[in-house]
Amino acid sequence: MATLADVIQRYHYAITIFLMMAGLYVVIARGNMVKKLVGLSIFQTSVYLLYVEPGKILGGTAPIIDPAFSVYSNPLPHVLMLTAIVVGVATLALGLALVVRINEAYGTIEEDEIVEMDRET
Amino acid sequence: MNAVWPHLPILQVIVPLFGALLAGLLRRAGPAFAVALVASWLMPFIAGAMLWQVLTTGPISYHIGGWPPPWGIEYRVDALNGFVLVLVSAVGAVIMPFARRSVAFEIEEGQQAWFYCMYLLCLTGLLGIAVTGDAFNAFVFLEISSLSTYVLIALGRDRRALLAAFQYLIMGTMGATFYIIGVGLLYLLTGTLNLVDIAGRLGPEWTNHSRAIVAALAFITVGVSLKLALFPLHAWLPNAYAYAPSWVTVFLSATATKVAIYLLARFFFSIFGVAIDFRDLPVTEIVIALSVAAMLVASLIAVFQTDLKRMLAYSSVAQIGYITLGIGLANLAGLTGGLVHIVNHALMKAALFLAVGAIFLRVGTVRLSDLAGIGRKMPLTMTAFTVACFGLVGTPGTSGFISKWYLVLGALDKGWWVLVFLIVASSLIALLYVGRVLEIVWLREPLPALAQASDPPASMLLPIVVLAAATIYFGLDTEWTAGIASTTAKGLLGGLR
Repeated sequence: MATLADVIQRYHYAITIFLMMAGLYVVIARGNMVKKLVGLSIFQTSVYLLYVEPGKILGGTAPIIDPAFSVYSNPLPHVLMLTAIVVGVATLALGLALVVRINEAYGTIEEDEIVEMDRET
Repeated sequence: MNAVWPHLPILQVIVPLFGALLAGLLRRAGPAFAVALVASWLMPFIAGAMLWQVLTTGPISYHIGGWPPPWGIEYRVDALNGFVLVLVSAVGAVIMPFARRSVAFEIEEGQQAWFYCMYLLCLTGLLGIAVTGDAFNAFVFLEISSLSTYVLIALGRDRRALLAAFQYLIMGTMGATFYIIGVGLLYLLTGTLNLVDIAGRLGPEWTNHSRAIVAALAFITVGVSLKLALFPLHAWLPNAYAYAPSWVTVFLSATATKVAIYLLARFFFSIFGVAIDFRDLPVTEIVIALSVAAMLVASLIAVFQTDLKRMLAYSSVAQIGYITLGIGLANLAGLTGGLVHIVNHALMKAALFLAVGAIFLRVGTVRLSDLAGIGRKMPLTMTAFTVACFGLVGTPGTSGFISKWYLVLGALDKGWWVLVFLIVASSLIALLYVGRVLEIVWLREPLPALAQASDPPASMLLPIVVLAAATIYFGLDTEWTAGIASTTAKGLLGGLR
């Protein structure tokens, strides 16, 4: 059962990959544009996890130089992910704005219905 | 001058960034255009000065905030990205005068200042990707350029532009996220984000290549390929190009995909090529197979299009295939051909899409059936269009011939006769769709609806003519394009294992 032990030891990767695939699946499988954006958000969130979790060391403290501590967590992944979160928010906001405009123009946010409407014209 | 000289790399990004802010704050179309024009015209001088410096004294390394790499962000300019910077900034500068009339015609008055703001942001992002030496910084710039691109596409008049922008947003974000996953894996392996540093740390001790590197390679390849519209991942491109405002299509086709191709080449040759032996992995074979599929399938689809802009969009997918083919061949002649085609395709596609924009201004449609005989009404525009079309096919004497010549040489170097045949075959298909357009445009009697059409004003005509002339010039004098591309290719291949 070495493999099972491996998986349990690396359970955080399993969670990351599960979120990643769930997000990707929703983006591809759903025709509703808001749901697509939700899937996209989940997909992006999984990446935050991918970066942040290896940055944390058990027993590590914030990286402030002090003689009492010798183990520090790496702060860089957290900083990177702050940037990525901002990018994700901007993408989501822009996507939702586009969905609003699409709803005004077509009267629906179901992708297949919209494609059907465009085919008729 | 001496105070500015060492800060050129950051000025390349800062000038359009602040220009974007200024254009957005000005709120009025005229002043915003003036800001965009000044910023765009400054760019080639900065990029040119850097390329000159690189070619005479070697790579430039600029430390943001004075923090030395790998702790701080490093902007690093060598021959490859100096070349891309000059291309992007020069195309931006040449096509800028065209924007005033075209944008005034296609975009609502109140949105024009925002249009220039978004354009400058997009330019910031594209130049930033090219100039930065930091993998995560490249992601941020990638998203800056992508987000502004979605807005630019959504500004198209047709409501289908909204759908195209949304689909591109989904695909583009997935691509960028794939890229950032790949970078994350590299970061976990090496603990650094600086491209040179990653390559250094992945050095010889990774002979038994770790699966994580291969996973990172896969993620980055797929992510960037989505951005550059490599064949099965090109689905967003035709709609985005077809429904975006005319000028946006010109800008995107000439610069956005090219910068993504640069990023792919950078990762392939400067990072993964150093870490792992590509001969052990089917990477180049996959890239070549997809490129050939793009060249043939996208060209065939282009033949059956009824809309001129859409036809040229599919042709773009095919032409991108040539460039990635050069990257996949990964020998001196092939890579030179690919790199040279980045420039040549940017110039001729910009000329073609500009001509389409001029037609749209005069006629109000770009459906092929409505354009019969337009050549006689807009002779100068359509002559330039025809020249660029010949470039697309690869007629000797045009720049398209040079790129295909090198690609064929690259294929022969490998002894792949079938590939040579396929390159020629795809050129013949290009001849089909180009010939179909030229027949409609020149040989038919002008439609009554076109009676009022005439060549566009000089501010729009001049960029078209300049780019078409460049198509011929770079077909005859290859010292600047093929010369620099060949030096660059030699440098890139020299680092491979």
